[in-house]
Amino acid sequence: MQLARVIGTVVSTVKNESLHGRKLLVVQTIDRNLESIGKPMVAIDAVGAGVGELVFWCRGKEASFPFKREDTPTDCTIVGIVDSEQHVTR
Amino acid sequence: MIIARILGTVVATQKDERLRGKKLLIVRPINVDGSDTTGYVVAVDTVGAGFHERVLVVAGSSARLAQGMKDVPVDAAIVGVIDTVDVK
Repeated sequence: MQLARVIGTVVSTVKNESLHGRKLLVVQTIDRNLESIGKPMVAIDAVGAGVGELVFWCRGKEASFPFKREDTPTDCTIVGIVDSEQHVTR
Repeated sequence: MIIARILGTVVATQKDERLRGKKLLIVRPINVDGSDTTGYVVAVDTVGAGFHERVLVVAGSSARLAQGMKDVPVDAAIVGVIDTVDVK
């Protein structure tokens, strides 16, 4: 899992049926000093995160586990919201 | 998932039986501002996307989880056509 900042939203009307009703967010991965690393990704939200929040996300097949795990095509899912930046111990 | 733009199509007659009837497209990953990056991926289309559209691409074993992709040998699938990307 990696820390990230939610930096935006994605709207998609035509999508695979198994993604209907899922919220898509743009996340920028950050390091422990809260500096951006790598390129932004599109993630499915499993916890109700919003733009500007500090979250952590998981990649790979495990990303589908919060949902119907055999039916949700995602390789990037937000699985937790960090309470505040002070909770990231550097 | 990544955002990508559709660059072209691939035609393959000889292919795994489970890929029969699936549309193969060449996509290039793009940045959230819409600018191109380098490289490309061949992805299976599950939504009926068209040339030059911005799409969502799922990579890895999760690509098989899309509806209609069960047990299909793919590692990249187009699962959505993007209307808007709003980045603060």
